[in-house]
Amino acid sequence: MAERSFVERLKKVYAIYTGGLILLLLLLYIGEKLFNLSPTFIGYVFLFGTIAVYAIIGIISRTGQLAEYYVAGRRVPAIFNGMATAADWMSAASFIGMAGALALQGYNGLAFIMGWTGGYVLLGVLIAPYLRKFGAYTIPDFLDARYGGKIPRIVGILATIIVSFTYLVAQITGVGIIASRLLGLPFEIGVFVGLAGILVCSFLGGMRAVTWTQVAQYIVLIIAYLIPVTVLSLKYTGNPISQISYGFALQGIEQKFAQLKGDPKEIEVREIHKRKAEELKAKIEALPTSWEQGKLELENKLNTLPPNDPKRAEIEKQIKDYPKSPQEAKEKWTEAMKKTQEASKPPKSYVAPPSDAKGMFNFLALTLMLMLGTAGLPHVIMRFYTTPTVREARTSAGWALFFILLLYITAPAYAAFGSYEMLNLVGKAFDQLPDWVQKWAKVNLITIRDLNLDGIVQFAEISIHPDMIVLATPEIAGLPYVIAGFVAAGGLAAALSTADGLIITISNAISHDLYYKIINPNLAPSTRVKIGKALLLIVALFGAYVASFRLAIIVELVAWAFSLAAASLFPVLVLGIWDKRMNKQGAVAGIIVGLGVTMVYLYLSRFKGVALFGIKPIAAGIFGMPLNFLVALIVSRFTTPPPQNIQEFVDNIRYPKGAVKAGAEE
Amino acid sequence: MITKEKLQDYWRENRRLMMIVLLVWALVSYGAALISGILNKIVIFGFPLGYYMGSQGALIVFLLLIIFYARRMDEIDRKYGVEED
Repeated sequence: MAERSFVERLKKVYAIYTGGLILLLLLLYIGEKLFNLSPTFIGYVFLFGTIAVYAIIGIISRTGQLAEYYVAGRRVPAIFNGMATAADWMSAASFIGMAGALALQGYNGLAFIMGWTGGYVLLGVLIAPYLRKFGAYTIPDFLDARYGGKIPRIVGILATIIVSFTYLVAQITGVGIIASRLLGLPFEIGVFVGLAGILVCSFLGGMRAVTWTQVAQYIVLIIAYLIPVTVLSLKYTGNPISQISYGFALQGIEQKFAQLKGDPKEIEVREIHKRKAEELKAKIEALPTSWEQGKLELENKLNTLPPNDPKRAEIEKQIKDYPKSPQEAKEKWTEAMKKTQEASKPPKSYVAPPSDAKGMFNFLALTLMLMLGTAGLPHVIMRFYTTPTVREARTSAGWALFFILLLYITAPAYAAFGSYEMLNLVGKAFDQLPDWVQKWAKVNLITIRDLNLDGIVQFAEISIHPDMIVLATPEIAGLPYVIAGFVAAGGLAAALSTADGLIITISNAISHDLYYKIINPNLAPSTRVKIGKALLLIVALFGAYVASFRLAIIVELVAWAFSLAAASLFPVLVLGIWDKRMNKQGAVAGIIVGLGVTMVYLYLSRFKGVALFGIKPIAAGIFGMPLNFLVALIVSRFTTPPPQNIQEFVDNIRYPKGAVKAGAEE
Repeated sequence: MITKEKLQDYWRENRRLMMIVLLVWALVSYGAALISGILNKIVIFGFPLGYYMGSQGALIVFLLLIIFYARRMDEIDRKYGVEED
C-alpha cells in the first residue's frame, strides 16, 4: 500500500505544479496587457523561472546512494516513467524542427513521425521487459552478463558513448539557440546558461533527480506545444482539436499547389531559379579560378567606394562570408545550387508518397532505421531500468508512447496549418505582408525576395527554415507574446530533458562500466557515486565546449546516431534475449561487421556521392543492420554454444518471477 | 517451481504473440506506406487515407499494440504462474 500512496502523492505534487504553471502564464499575460511588460523581461522570467523550478526538484532529489543515483531506486511508477521517457526522448528537434520538416517535405517527412514512434513497439515487446528483469544499471552490464567478458562490455561502452555524445552536443546547441533567440544573448552565453540548467537537474541526484525533473519538463513542453496550434485550429475551423481538424488545411494545400503548378508568374520565378542554378554550376566547374575571380571582384568593389559610403559595410560583410578556400567554395556553392534547383521545380503534392521506387525504398529504409535506432538508444533503454517491476516496464512503454503521441500526432497539424498560412502569403503585395513575416525575416527563418520584381509574392519566392513553423505559430494565431515566450520555454525543456538523460548515460558508461567494472572494482559505493558526479561535470563541460564551435556536421551526426545504434546495439540486444544459442563470438563479429559496414557506407554516401538503391546517408544502417544479424547467426552456429550458466541466465530473464543471479543488485 | 517444459511452453506462447504484434506493426507502417498512393484516393474528413496512416493512423495502432501485448502477457504470466510476487 505504501506504493499506492507514493503514486497518489506524486500525482498531487505534479497537479499543484501544473496549476502553478498556468497561474504564472495568466499573471504574465495580465502583466503584458496592463503593464506592458517587455518581451525580454517575459523571456527572462520563463528562462530563469523554469530553470529555478528544475533546480529545486534537483536539490530535493539529491542522493548519495548507488541505486538511487543510477536507477532512481527502481521505484518510478509506470505512468511517471512514461512521462520522463517521453521528455527524455523528445529533443529540441522533435519540439521545434519536426513540424517544419513535415511542412517542407510533405509525405517524406512522415518517416520521422512513424520512425520515432514505431520503435517503442520494439522496445516494449522485444527489449525493455527483459532488461528490466535482468536488473542492472547499463547496457554494457547486460552485454557483459549475457555474452561474458570484457570485450562485449567494451564494445557496448564505445557504442554508448559514440551514439550519446553526438546527440548531447546537438541538444546543448539547441539550448544555446533557444536561449539566444529568447533573450538575445550571444550563442556562447546561451550554451553556458543551458549547461547550468542541465547540471542543476542531474548533478546532485543522478537518475533520481533527472527522472523527477523530466516529468516536470514534460508538463511544460506539452502544454507549450498544444496551446498555439489549438488556437490556430479554432481560428480556422471553429474546432479546437487541431489533430482532427487539419484535414481542411490538407485539402487547401493540395488545391493551391495544383493552381500554382501552371501559374505564369510562378513559372517566371522558377525560370529565374533555374538560371541561377546554372550560373552556380558554371562557377563550380570553373573552380578554382572562379573563386579567385569572385574574391578579386569583391575587393575591387570595396576599393572603388569612398571611405564613408554606407554600402561599404555590406560589401565588407560579403567579403567576410566569402568562402575561405576553393574547397569551401565548392561545398557552399553546391549546397546553394541544390537549393535553387529545388526551388526551380513546381510544387509537389503534399500528401503523395515518393513516386519512384528509389524514393520509396529510401523512405522505408529511413523509417526502419529510425525505429530500430530508437529501440537501441542507450539513454532510452536506461529509463526502463527504473520501473519497480517487469510488468510496469511493459506498461511503461505504453505510457511513454502515449505521452509522445500527444506531441507527435499534433506535429502534422502544425505542419499543415503552417504550410497553409505560408500559401496565404502568395498573391499578397510586398508592402502588405503581416508583421510576423518581418520579424522572422530579421533572423533569417523566412526569406521572401521579389525575384521577378512584380511587387507580388510568388510561392517560389518564399523560402522558410523548418524551425519557423512552430516558433511563428503563436504570432500567426494572434496570441500575446507570453505564449511565444512559453513556446520557447517548452523548446528549452525538451532540449534540457534530453540532454540530462544523455549526460547521465555517458557518465555512467564511463564511471560504472569502464572505471568500476574494468579498471578498479574495489570501490566503495559512496566513492562510486562521487566519481559519477565528477564525470557528469566533465562530460557536460566537454559537451558545451564542443557545442560552442557550432559545427555544421552535428545536425547530420544526430541522424546518423540512429543508423549506428540500429546496426550495432539493436541486433545484439534482441539476439541476446530471443536467441539462446547466440554466443560471444557471434555477437562481437556481428557488431564489428554491422558497425563497420554502416560507417563505410556513411563515408561513401556522404563524401563520395555513392547512393546504392537510392539510400541516403541518413538511412545508412540499412546495409549494416541485416548483416549484423546474419553474421552473428552464422558465426554463432559454427562456434561453441554459450556455457551452461549463461543459458540459465537467458532462461531466467525470460519470465518475470524471481531474481536474476548474474545481475543481482549490490 | 518452474520446470523447463513449462518455461518452453511459456516462451513459445510469448513468441507467437510477439510475431502477431510485429506483423501488425509492419503492416500498418511499411505495408500502408507501400500502397499509400492507392489509399490516398480514399478521403475521410479531408484526410487522404495514405497520408493519414503515416501521420496518425499507424501511431495510434502502435500504442494499441503495446497495450494489447502488455495485457496479454499479464494473462500468460498468470497462466504459467511466472508473474512477479
